[in-house]
Order: sequence, then C-alpha cells, then structure tokens
Amino acid sequence: MLENIFVVAKQSVMGFLSGFLPEASLPFISSFLSIAPILGIFPLLFALTTIFERKGLGRIQNRRGPNRVGIPMTDIRIAGFGQFIADGIKSLTKEDIVPSSADKLIHFLAPVALIIPVLLMFSVLPFGKNLVPLDMKNGLLFFFAVGAASELSIFMAGWSSRNKYSLLGAMRAIAQMISYEMPFILSSLVVVMAAGSLSLVDIAEAQTGGIWNWHVFTPWGLLGMILFFIAAMAEANRSPFDLPEGESELVAGYFTEYSGFKFAIFFMAEYLGLFAALSVWITLFFGGWNGPFGQYSLLPSYLWFMLKLVLCIFFIIWIRGTMPRIRMDQLMNFAWKFMLPMCLINLLGAGSGYYIRQTFPQSPLAGWFFEWLVVGTALFWIWLELGDRIAGKALTQKREYRYADQ
Amino acid sequence: MLGAGLAKGMRETARNFIGSYLEYERLTTVEYPEEKIPAKETARQFPFLVYDGDDPEAGLRCVGCQICEKECPPQCIYIEKSKEKKPDHMGKMQLYPHTFDIDISVCMSCQICVEVCPFEAIKMDTEFEYSTTDRFGGLLADKHMLAKSNEHYNRIHPTEASAVDAKRKNDREVAAAKAKAKEEAAKAEAAKSKTDG
Amino acid sequence: MQSAFYILALLTIAGALGAMNFKRLVHCVLSLVVCFAGLAGLYLNLNAQFAGLVQLLVYVGAVAILVVFAMLLTRNAEDAPQNAGSTDWYLGLGVASMVFLILAFAVQGSELGAAETGKLSDPSVKAIGKSLMTTYVLPLEAMALLLTSALIGAVVIAKGPEEGGKP
Repeated sequence: MLENIFVVAKQSVMGFLSGFLPEASLPFISSFLSIAPILGIFPLLFALTTIFERKGLGRIQNRRGPNRVGIPMTDIRIAGFGQFIADGIKSLTKEDIVPSSADKLIHFLAPVALIIPVLLMFSVLPFGKNLVPLDMKNGLLFFFAVGAASELSIFMAGWSSRNKYSLLGAMRAIAQMISYEMPFILSSLVVVMAAGSLSLVDIAEAQTGGIWNWHVFTPWGLLGMILFFIAAMAEANRSPFDLPEGESELVAGYFTEYSGFKFAIFFMAEYLGLFAALSVWITLFFGGWNGPFGQYSLLPSYLWFMLKLVLCIFFIIWIRGTMPRIRMDQLMNFAWKFMLPMCLINLLGAGSGYYIRQTFPQSPLAGWFFEWLVVGTALFWIWLELGDRIAGKALTQKREYRYADQ
Repeated sequence: MLGAGLAKGMRETARNFIGSYLEYERLTTVEYPEEKIPAKETARQFPFLVYDGDDPEAGLRCVGCQICEKECPPQCIYIEKSKEKKPDHMGKMQLYPHTFDIDISVCMSCQICVEVCPFEAIKMDTEFEYSTTDRFGGLLADKHMLAKSNEHYNRIHPTEASAVDAKRKNDREVAAAKAKAKEEAAKAEAAKSKTDG
Repeated sequence: MQSAFYILALLTIAGALGAMNFKRLVHCVLSLVVCFAGLAGLYLNLNAQFAGLVQLLVYVGAVAILVVFAMLLTRNAEDAPQNAGSTDWYLGLGVASMVFLILAFAVQGSELGAAETGKLSDPSVKAIGKSLMTTYVLPLEAMALLLTSALIGAVVIAKGPEEGGKP
C-alpha cells in the first residue's frame, strides 16, 4: 500500500481529471504531475542541505553552527532550521545587480541555461519502484549528455560578466569538467556492462534481492564506485575540487557578478547537480531504491532511496569539512594520470570478472570468491602501484614555476 | 597507499564532529549575547573616567587639565572646565570638568590619553557593546556615561588598579606628612614668634 | 511530433543563421550551440535516442567547449567587433548549394529516404556496439589509430622544443 502510494495517487488524480478535461491536455497534466514533486522535493532538500552543511561544518570545527533563526516574533528557535527560509526570502528580495559592462542578454540567460539541464538530469532517475518520471532506454546516456550541456552555461556566466575572476573561474570550471567527464562516464560503464542496459531503471532492478547483489560488492564495482564518486565531486565543483569558485582566490568564481535570485539559482543548480550525480551513484553502485534485506523491504522503496541520498549528503559534507582544495596542476595530473588509466583498467577488470563468474555456473559463491581473489587482488595492486608511482609523485612533487622564479 | 592520508583526516574530523556533541569543553565558541567570555585583564577598548567613593560628581579624579584633549590623535575628546574649584583626594583645591565628552565613533583606542594623564583619572575600559540606532548622538559618551567607579577599575584591570591605588595612597601619605610637617613648622614658627615677641 | 519538428527546425536554422551573422565571436559560438542542440532534438524527435544523445554529449558538451577554448586562448575575444561577413559571398553560396545538392541527391537516392519516418525503429545501443565490433571493426580501429596519432602529435607540438638542448 505504502509502496505504491504515489502511483495510485497519480492514477486517481488522472482518473478524476479525465472526467472533464479535454483528451489532448491529459499527457501534459500527466507530465506535470510527475515533474511537480521533483521541483518541490529537491529544492527543499537543497535548502535543508545548506543549513545541515553549515551546522555539520561547524561541528567538525568544534563550533555550534547556526542555531538562531526560528519562528519570527517568538523566542522559538527550532535549532536554527528557520535559516533556510530566511535565506530564501533574502535572496528573492535582494536587488539584482547587473554590471554595466556585462553582456546583458547572456548574463541573463546563463542561470536559465544552467538550471534547465540540471533539472532535466532528474527526469531519468528511478526514485523508487515504478517511480521514474521518464523511463528512457538510454537513461544513463541522457544523464551524461544533459550534464555536459551545463558546462557551456558556466562559460556564459563567466564570460558575460566581464570580470577577471569570473572568466578565470569559468575557464577553470570548463577545464575541470571536460577532464573529469571522461572518468565520470568510463567509471559508470562497468555497471552498464554488468547490467547489460543503459536504462537506470534496469540497472536498479538488476540489483534487487539483497545487499550482496549491489554492484559495490564486486571488485570492479568497488573501484568504480570510488572513481565515480571522485569524478562526480569534480563535475559538481564540490570540495576538494571547488577550484572554479575558490573563494580565497576568485571571490566566487564564475558567479562573482551575480546577485539576488540569480545567485541563488547558481547555488541551487550546483547542489541539484550534486544530488543528481549522487542519485546516479546510488543507483549504479548501491542498489538504487532497493533495500538491503532482500524481500524484507521494511521501508517503501522511495524511502530507501532518500535515506541513501541523505547519507550521501552527510558524507560529502564530511568530506568538505576535511579536505583542502587541490591545485590546478594536481587536479589535471590526477584526472589524466590516475583516474583515466584506472577507469580503463577497471573495464578490463569488469570483463574478466564476468568471465570468472561464467566459469562457475553452478555455485555463485565460488564465482564470487574467485572474482575477488583474482580481479580484486589485481585491481588493488594496480591501485597501489599507479597511486604511488604516477599520481602520488604528481600530487606531491614540487611545482615548477617556469616564469615566476626567474 | 593512495587514500590512506585522506582516511586519516576523515577520522579526525569525525572525532571532532561526534566529540563536539559529547564534550562541552571541545566547543571553542560561546553563544554570545547570553554567554560571554570574561574580558582578559589586558583588554582595552575605550577610555572611561575613574571616580572614588560613591558619588560620580564629587569623586571624579579628573581636574579638567585638558592634556588628554590636546594629545588625542583623532581629537575625539572635548572638555569644558568648571568655574569653581573642589578639593581633590589630597585635599588640594582643583578645577573639575564641567563637560567631558568622548566621541566613541572617532576614538581609535590608542590609549594615549591614559598615558599622558597625570592624575590617573582616565583609564581604558573593557566594555565594547556600544551598538546604537543613533550613530551620532548615541556614540557620543558624556561625563555621566564615562564616569565609572574605582571598584569597576579594580575589577577589570586588578594588577594595574592596585598599583595605582598604592601610588595614590603613598601620595596622600606624603602629602599628609608634608602638611603635618608644615603645620608643625608653622606651629613652631608661631611658638618661636610668641617667645620672641 | 509535427509541431515539435517545426519548432526544432526553426531553432536549428535560427542558430545557424546567428552563428554566421553575429558580430561578436562568442555570440556566434553560443548560437552555434543552439544549432547543435536543435539538431540533437531533431534526432530525438526521429526516435534516434543514441544519435541524439551522443550529438548532445559530443557537440554541445565537447566541441563547443573546444571552440570556446580555442577562441579564448588564441586571440583576444574582447577585440572590437569586426564584420564577420566575407566579401566573396557568392563563392560561398556556390559551395553551399553544391553541398546541398549532393546531400539532397544522396538522401533521395537512399532507401532510407523512401521509408516513412514513423516506421524507423531505434537501433539499440547493444546492436550498435555489436556491429561496431564485428562488421565495422576495421574502420573503428583505423579511426582509433588516427585519433591516437593526432593526440600524440598534439602533445608533441604543445610541449615545444626540449629545454637544455637535449634532442
């Protein structure tokens, strides 16, 4: 009952509306009913994340974090959780300043062009059993294609502002996103190989039946999970890869010259992109909407999904509270000298893992064991070697300043 | 191994995160308006005028000599002398300031007024919460606002205040001894003149 | 579907026209991106999901960025806007009409041109992959070789002559 509550609710609303609305309008109504919850839930999650992030970072630094804003006109503080509403009202009512030398049209279009692809990313994500707005055959490809389209709007924002910091931030953002696009896609390919489908719904369904069926519990899945997460952090300009908006160097990066609600849109687009990437991460490696206990689901599938998403959000806040920002040359070295080779090797690992399991058709346990023994050891050894020899050296070596030292 | 250092760092921040909920001493901040860290003895914010005893008018140490007004680099002190005189702590007749204003918005907390004051009358306060809705009148401190008791001075800067008190006591004793000696000398003079006459 | 086609076609043509006619180079690039995105939309409208999404991924995501980088790194994009129009436009017109004619004949002559649009089924990614790895493996490998050599060549050119006189 609880499992299908959204599906049933939508069907009953559609049945009610089809009584008096014209036939031609029904597909639009249906789409609207699928889109509206996404537009409601994820911006709300973004708003809650901002306050959770500030409180979490505070605790990590042994501070209290914001705990003041509560219900206006009263002394009730609700532990500071009124903060996000106050922030929202503030950014809505703030003056929108456009630099006089800015390219006005592009300056206006950039946040719009950014938020559309970011919201489109959510359209192929399976949030629960039968809960996917658009079950696309090439869902994963759609996710990557739409995500790639958001890069250009960052360039638009940076270039049209006519500000050095904005342009530098935009160039950094583009360089970073282009570089990590490849590991981002390649690291997810192992799951596509295993599930035999590009549809995120199929991938989630391939992991039903308990926690041991999740892809993260295979050697190539584990490695792919780590690589995908790193690439997703870089794609979402998230700490420790937040160079495009490194506030100690570039004011706010590509959206320096934005204020008021346009700034809020950039901020929101960044977090929504992050949520989408994390949702794909969950779907690819952590079983999507599947609960960990097989047929004993305990919770409805969408709650399992949200639970995993919230845990992921806490994890990235934790990471942000821990890691310093890395340097541009380290970023590039890491992408091209470690991530990319590792992803390619992982593809090989996934292929050999498949064949090892094929050789034990009678006992999946033996197949699983030998897969870990052979592929797992090999991948671990390569991780150590590549990490220490190539990436380790690249990350720790002293940078040569060719012009500054002379 | 690549990633080992990251795991170490993550463990440290996790310990901070959980520890901050369990151990109150870990927290490096306090919730300011309700809870305040007591000011350090060496803290200095803005000047105030010291008075002895209970009456801020009668006990005010300032004699209106205007040295601080002249020395003040941003010229934030304004003094008007009184016409009549009143006795100071050594019994000497002195003028006193009719008006003593300090513009807190101009003051730069340099403490030069304290350095130059020969009467130990102006000292630095630790009070910093001067926020007001009126940025001109509200930040202009007059004599009544500035006058604070010697007990307050002893509370915020105990070491310095006890040294000042000892010096003033010594001054008083020396002055009293001098007066006594003078009196005795005068008495002796009178007796002498009596015997002479 | 029909109205979607007209909207997308209009968007594509408008983008292409903008790419030719805008004075500022960055505007031209952005306009070109609109054209690319419109093309991707057209593919999707024709039920060719893979082609459309790859068009989006490669052209909007990579080629446009490449153009932007090339533009910003090679010459000053903040130069005074110059007239992008060429004086010998009639030559271009001739070339364009010839390309159009060749394409039109090719489309008309092929059996795909005769088929009805609605009846074309979307080949699955699996089928595309299989044919790439079996029937068209030689062109694929040749392309891979070409791209690798181009990549190495680019690295060699970008690195420049070795400092210190080492060969």
